Amino acid sequence: MSKYYQEEIECMEHSKLEELQLERLRDVVVRCYENIPLYKQRFDEAGLDPYHIEALEDIRKFPFTVKQDMRDAYPFGLFAVPRSECVRVHASSGTTGQATVVGYTKNDLGVWGDCFARGIYMLGGGEDSVVQVAYGYGLFTGGLGAHAGAEAAGAMVVPMSTGNTKRQIQIMKDFGVTILCCTPSYALLIADTIVEMGLDMNDFKLNGVILGAEPCSEAMREEIRQKLHVQYCDVYGLSEIMGPGVAMECEAANGLHLCEDQFLAEIVNPDTLEPVPDGEYGELVITTLTRECTPLIRYRTRDLTRFVPGECSCGRTHKKIDRIIGRTDDMLIIRGVNVFPSQIEQVVASFDEITPHYQIVLSTKGTLDQIELRVETAPDFPFDEVRALEDLQKRLAAALKSNLQIAVKIKFCEPKSIERSEGKAKRIIDLREVKQQN
Amino acid sequence: MIEQLTVLIQNEKGRLSGLCRTLADADINMHDLFIADTSDFGVVRVFCDTPQAAAKKLDEAGYRASVTKVLAVRVPNEPGGLAHLLESIEEMGANIEYGYCFSRGEATAIDVLKVVDPTVEGKLVQAGFDVVAAEEVYKLD
Repeated sequence: MSKYYQEEIECMEHSKLEELQLERLRDVVVRCYENIPLYKQRFDEAGLDPYHIEALEDIRKFPFTVKQDMRDAYPFGLFAVPRSECVRVHASSGTTGQATVVGYTKNDLGVWGDCFARGIYMLGGGEDSVVQVAYGYGLFTGGLGAHAGAEAAGAMVVPMSTGNTKRQIQIMKDFGVTILCCTPSYALLIADTIVEMGLDMNDFKLNGVILGAEPCSEAMREEIRQKLHVQYCDVYGLSEIMGPGVAMECEAANGLHLCEDQFLAEIVNPDTLEPVPDGEYGELVITTLTRECTPLIRYRTRDLTRFVPGECSCGRTHKKIDRIIGRTDDMLIIRGVNVFPSQIEQVVASFDEITPHYQIVLSTKGTLDQIELRVETAPDFPFDEVRALEDLQKRLAAALKSNLQIAVKIKFCEPKSIERSEGKAKRIIDLREVKQQN
Repeated sequence: MIEQLTVLIQNEKGRLSGLCRTLADADINMHDLFIADTSDFGVVRVFCDTPQAAAKKLDEAGYRASVTKVLAVRVPNEPGGLAHLLESIEEMGANIEYGYCFSRGEATAIDVLKVVDPTVEGKLVQAGFDVVAAEEVYKLD
């Protein structure tokens, strides 16, 4: 069995891949222009000729598509095919506004399965795999996306959906499940429940996990690897673009191969919207190259990542994106510097002397932004000596300074005085007179 | 060595009184209290009865509290009383993390010192210093 699911595509010479992308880009731009009124209007307004695209770089002349455009088009305003050709819809939860709807033709579903199946092969999986899908099934793309991928790879699918953890574990053991697909936090709950149930990981056949749909720190990834004895495949996707499988992590474990035959990706500075130099972090922008039902041109994902430079040891030629470090919605501009709460969180997590709970308070002193980080000392920290506290303060401030390039004031708080995270903890208190936002 | 109750509190209105009220409600008597303060936090050091129980009460009430071993030495309440003690410790090559003093009556004062070196206490006794026992200061746990 091949190591790759679609070797001829995944390992295609990059120049050939770019030719394929250009051919498909020409096609999708025309399809958007001819079938979706919003794009016709936008391209005409910008004076763009959709019939003459010379190079991939021409994409930069095109306007961006944002989530609001999809909300405004609710439910089917962005469909490029007649309703009869659409065989499935998915939708975002709509917790932050009107739901966004995406449609799939038969071909779209096929492509989706293929993209996700590449990840199953990245874990050494294939026909012999038993894949347990513990993502939710429904309008959310997680469950059915992973399901389609596992089927495409020829694996045996165990469609569990979420919940009933003990039953998940029992079936995982009894059915000899080799690959688990779920969110990182659920994988960790499963790992801890296995221990609670008094079961031994050696009695399981599990050797890989495909986890995504929520942020996961490097420490948590390592914990999952250790506890479940698995290779970790990070999966990236968003319903607007397709669902899980847009990019997946190979065994080299330093980035996710983006399915470049299906998606044209750009990384732009979220302030200027200009491309960032290769290897620098910015907002991921995706153009779908083959999607038939709901193609999107330059969709701003709001996810922050970078292209991982260099060739991959796994042999795949498709560009890699780094783990998502945050969302542009979360980005703070402090004294003109872009700061992501995830950067601060990383530093906090690396200090054993403090608890993982923190709060960031922004204020104005004179004309300058002040940033204060509130943390609690760990229960076993020897706070008896002021010197020990001041030393910790200094080391924390130095770590933050080297990470964020700005000075952060550290304030020690009493135990449990910082709000605990239950889903969405309020980590940032912005008391600034003038708030810079993107 | 005797046990000192140490509490980390934010340098904010009402925190010290809250701490004292918590101990009062637990019927724990304080004998001495000292604060090392910085602009945003304070380290409160207390001699009180049953320090272990006090720390537990405060912990339950949401304070960061612990019990620290410190050295207490009785010295004559006269010029040079403390200087003589400190010079002796200096000769032993030990470092003092912090210290404070209080008087009990007219004749003597008690100097409290946090010294990392555990051999200092024995050496001071040998040198003729009057090292104070815990029960002389507070009720034991």
